[in-house]
Amino acid sequence: MELTAEILIPSEDPAEGEVLALSAPISFWGGVDPKTGIIIDARHPERGECVAGRVLALPGTIGSSSASAVLLELIHAGKAPAAILMAEPDAILLLGVVVAREMGWATPPALRLAAADQAPLAGRRVALEGDRIFVLGEAGARP
Amino acid sequence: MLALTQEERALAAGEQGRGAAVAMRVVAEAARLMGAPRLLPIASAHIDGALYHGDSGTLFAEALVDGGARVSVPATLNVGALDLVGCSRVRLGARAREMARRMMRAYERMGCAPTWTCAPYQAGHRPPAGADVAWGESNAVAFCNSVLGARTNRYGDFLDIACAIAGRAPDYGLHRPENRRATVVVDASGLSPGLRGSEAFWPVFGTWYGLALGSAIGVVAGLQGFATEDRLKALGAAAASSGGVGLFHVAGVTPEAPDLATACGGPDGLAAAHVIHVDGPALRAAAARLSTAEGDAVDAVAIGSPHLSLDEVVELDRLLAGRTARIPFYACTGRHVISALDADGRRARLEAQGITFVADTCVVVTPILERTDGVLMTNSGKFAHYAPGNTGLAVQYGALADCVESAVAGRLVREDRLWS
Repeated sequence: MELTAEILIPSEDPAEGEVLALSAPISFWGGVDPKTGIIIDARHPERGECVAGRVLALPGTIGSSSASAVLLELIHAGKAPAAILMAEPDAILLLGVVVAREMGWATPPALRLAAADQAPLAGRRVALEGDRIFVLGEAGARP
Repeated sequence: MLALTQEERALAAGEQGRGAAVAMRVVAEAARLMGAPRLLPIASAHIDGALYHGDSGTLFAEALVDGGARVSVPATLNVGALDLVGCSRVRLGARAREMARRMMRAYERMGCAPTWTCAPYQAGHRPPAGADVAWGESNAVAFCNSVLGARTNRYGDFLDIACAIAGRAPDYGLHRPENRRATVVVDASGLSPGLRGSEAFWPVFGTWYGLALGSAIGVVAGLQGFATEDRLKALGAAAASSGGVGLFHVAGVTPEAPDLATACGGPDGLAAAHVIHVDGPALRAAAARLSTAEGDAVDAVAIGSPHLSLDEVVELDRLLAGRTARIPFYACTGRHVISALDADGRRARLEAQGITFVADTCVVVTPILERTDGVLMTNSGKFAHYAPGNTGLAVQYGALADCVESAVAGRLVREDRLWS
């Protein structure tokens, strides 16, 4: 299976990972530990999951304007998502990627994908190349 | 499609130095992402990027300083990770403390005013209605748009300082009058006057509002005569924590809402607006959501998110009425309030009664609390929202009077009849 999506922030390298599809909007600041990538928001349904190395699908972002700082720290610490899928572009969160690129650090790609298209990808392994998303299989499966 | 002027392109290409070029490119990239057709000049900025979350933010700020970047418009600073005034002890390790200090210094070196508060609007920084500004910190954004009527989007860390250096911001969203109109009418007139007139109502209503509206713009009917500046501050902070609220209108109170129709952009807008009636059960559910602890244990109290105004400290003093807190009691505020408290000796007296003031920062953004478990009581919807994830403590929410009585008793004392 293959999907195409609008590129929000391109990446030179292809990205691959298991999709962590959040079932509720999240605030990165206060919601994700910047050192580990673990979701720490006590009220979030995916609390305890880790965003590091996953293809993170976000139905929406809420809350603090420090989300970009948390994402920049995750990128610098090597704990960033492998890629980000967002229902709507968000000038707060994605600024973390924009700044990381200015700093010369390797950055994950960000693509625009409607929430309805995100949910079926939950737990699947996907590869991203340019504006294409290839669904490789179930969680943990190798292509 | 984004069009930059010749001057903007020259700035991005490095004509005025590397730091200014990075800032201009970051602003332009944000504009491209959000579909802005152009940039617009800004009058001021409030910068939330100087809070230490890890080394990356320090390295970015120092890269801007090394590149010769300076702010080109008046810029205030939100909280940092250290209490530079020295009211409280921050429990950061030596290395993190040094990186946090380097970060704060870098922002000051770029020409930002060392206000170090999340309530700059109560520290003398109030842009006029209609002015385009670039403000960060979600509660400050909500207040700036809603209560002051100035125009800002929700600027994230790094875009705020980039705009302050470039002197420009992407022209989209809440900078455009047509995007500031309410599409939802929230009718609060059915709630009892006693509830609407109570301090505890506002953070709970804000929490409900953020959950119900998300990032939609609403106008609230039924709060005229009950709203004060500190209550609107509490409403906005809670709404911007539970939802993506950057602007709310209160009919008869906030500047763009002399009446419901004006807030909706005219009679047609009002007729098309979605109407929500908020009732007691909805607010009870929102109040219950703010508390995550059970039982009557309380190990510490924290107030002041957003930073306390002088009026709020005076109210704390009145409620404490000469008694002493038996458990740690943190009152977070800005240095603008600390200097007023020092001038009349009030700080020393309240400290002797067990109050620990926290200046320039607060207890959920940096380690100040004595323990990382137990129960924290607060009257702040924003503290209640973020404390469990950021501090490890469970939360009991209550009015300021409940917080004071609980601190004096050393266990939970709360007037719950308000919600029944």
